[in-house]
Amino acid sequence: MQNNQSLFEYVLRLGDSCLILSQRLGEWCGHGPILEEDIALTNFALDLLGHARFWLSYAAELEGAGRDEDQLAFLRDSGEFRNLLLVEQENGDFAETIARQFYFDVWHLAMLDMLRNSTDGRARAIAEKAAKEVRYHLQRSTDWVIRLGDGTAESKRRMQSAIDSLWMYTGEMFEMDAIDYEMLSHGVGVDLSIVRERWMEHVSKVLDQATLTLPASTWMQRGGKQGVHTERLGYLLSEMQTMQRNYPGLQW
Amino acid sequence: MTEWPLWEVFVRSQRGLAHKHVGSVHAPDAELALRGARDVYTRRNEGTSLWVVRASDITASDPEEKDAMFTSPVDKIFRQPTFYSVPDEIKHI
Repeated sequence: MQNNQSLFEYVLRLGDSCLILSQRLGEWCGHGPILEEDIALTNFALDLLGHARFWLSYAAELEGAGRDEDQLAFLRDSGEFRNLLLVEQENGDFAETIARQFYFDVWHLAMLDMLRNSTDGRARAIAEKAAKEVRYHLQRSTDWVIRLGDGTAESKRRMQSAIDSLWMYTGEMFEMDAIDYEMLSHGVGVDLSIVRERWMEHVSKVLDQATLTLPASTWMQRGGKQGVHTERLGYLLSEMQTMQRNYPGLQW
Repeated sequence: MTEWPLWEVFVRSQRGLAHKHVGSVHAPDAELALRGARDVYTRRNEGTSLWVVRASDITASDPEEKDAMFTSPVDKIFRQPTFYSVPDEIKHI
């Protein structure tokens, strides 16, 4: 039997990535380039919030320290978050939001598809439920990458620039640390080298179709999964957590 | 964004059999119109099937010709089936 602390960390990572990306997408609410996108982006935000709640309430149970999903979301500081660096990056222009979403969706779906075979029943159930929504997310972000890449000169320039500037945050998605290896050995977690193969295959194919160039750089940022974040996360958290910080225990 | 064409959206709900017009979306092509329609009009589990039709492909009757088009049946009550009494045993008519 694996130790609960490692499983807690593993589940927390999944939950935090969903939560932080959800918060970022929520920032688009009322600011979308057109009404249809405004609604679509906030739909994604709500889907991801749903996934975050599944993972974080599971994490809270595993921890067994009396914290619940809300306390995990609203009362932790930047260094205690385990999300990928990619998802805390700012929205930028629409192309940057789409590039971030695209990189994440490809990874997310590959993860969930593999977690559906996890030996952990709860993880399996969450993955099963979330994968349906994420499949749609990926179709939509893929559509946009192709249309913006193979669109006007301006949309192509912006899409390529977004694909390039976020590239350095994609490396850590596939890096295995001690917790990943431990979870893999128990059949709970997934082999990130397989996730990487699937990710590269889809991303290369789509960028090719979008007449965009796959970035060649191999220098990668890392640290999100271990709690070492970019300063951008601090600003995001101060906004997201403001109610619970100012009025502890506030309820709807 | 004004150059994007308008698409009319039709949703078949779980309750009925026919697609019903629910509104419209702007989108650069049919595929994205369908995605936009999904996100705008089926967020609360309203549908099982979606159609999008380019608004410019719809030929509509002219409101100016409303009288010529639609008033004729009004005073011809013999066109209405109301003179026939329907036996109670017949349920679905």
